[in-house]
Amino acid sequence: MEIKVVRKVLDVNAKMAEQNRKLFAEKKVFVLNVMSSPGSGKTTTLQKSLTRLMPDLKCAVIVGDICTTNDADRLAVSGAPVVQINTDEFGGDCHLAAHVIEKAALDLDLDNIDLLIVENVGNLVCPAEFDIGEDARTVVLSVTEGEDKPVKYPLMFRECDSAILNKIDLLPYLDFDMDLVRKYIREVHPGMPIFEISAKTGEGFDPWLDWLKSLVLKKIR
Amino acid sequence: MHEMGIAMQIIEIAAASIPAEMKDAVVKKVNIKVGKLSAVVPSSLRFCFEIAAKDTRLSGAELDIEEIPVRARCRECRGEWTIHDPVFTCITCGSGSIDVISGRELDIASIEVQ
Repeated sequence: MEIKVVRKVLDVNAKMAEQNRKLFAEKKVFVLNVMSSPGSGKTTTLQKSLTRLMPDLKCAVIVGDICTTNDADRLAVSGAPVVQINTDEFGGDCHLAAHVIEKAALDLDLDNIDLLIVENVGNLVCPAEFDIGEDARTVVLSVTEGEDKPVKYPLMFRECDSAILNKIDLLPYLDFDMDLVRKYIREVHPGMPIFEISAKTGEGFDPWLDWLKSLVLKKIR
Repeated sequence: MHEMGIAMQIIEIAAASIPAEMKDAVVKKVNIKVGKLSAVVPSSLRFCFEIAAKDTRLSGAELDIEEIPVRARCRECRGEWTIHDPVFTCITCGSGSIDVISGRELDIASIEVQ
């Protein structure tokens, strides 16, 4: 006998994400989900971004890693409250799911936060599939990776609202083709803002931070 | 990479979908739909499902995966087409203003019980 079910497999996550979204709306907290492959320079990018955003915006970070508190320690230097999630407690997950964010948010004083940045687990595949209740998503790609990453991982680049191309200070030493990566990103996600930065030198941060700030202010005002 | 977690979710939902009055029923088959744009590899999912189903009411059940193509609709010219390569611009007018209308599915359609 066939029984109709018609349910999304990730139903539970979707419901939890909606609850998170409601909570963040009530508390007027803008949530940015930052994703990338390992080693793209997410943490350094966020460290620099936080330092520049902090005078104007009250920021906090949730950082996901399979192991270690290294990233949390680095981000805490900015003065922003940081909650570290080690996903091995949750089964060595390759992504952060909505229930993990809900739990981590309990450790934060949401009434005193304008911008909550979630640094997801380094992985271009799985995090793209899981809604965590965020307002916007940014993918970081470094120029030491292949130009074809956007077309190899189209879901990630489709699901994100902006892309950061990091480590542009290394371009003189690489054969990385910037025009080609821009073309690939535009094919996968036409119109998506692309920010070309060096988290090391601080080059190119203004347009990226302006973009983020304008989104945050729209929500918290 | 998270196929095991997905497999466990499928088993949980399928087991909960067995009508209460069918106490001794077991699930023979689970029919699911997986969009080609979702981050799930069907062969890995089948492998994980088989292992995770052991000692549940789905033990030995078949996982039937219908792969759903990525379809898009242009907001400008209203054309519809199937996307094969990861290029998300309209094949007719070149507009980038498109909606993906299928291909993101990860749904349980039905279960077959005995």
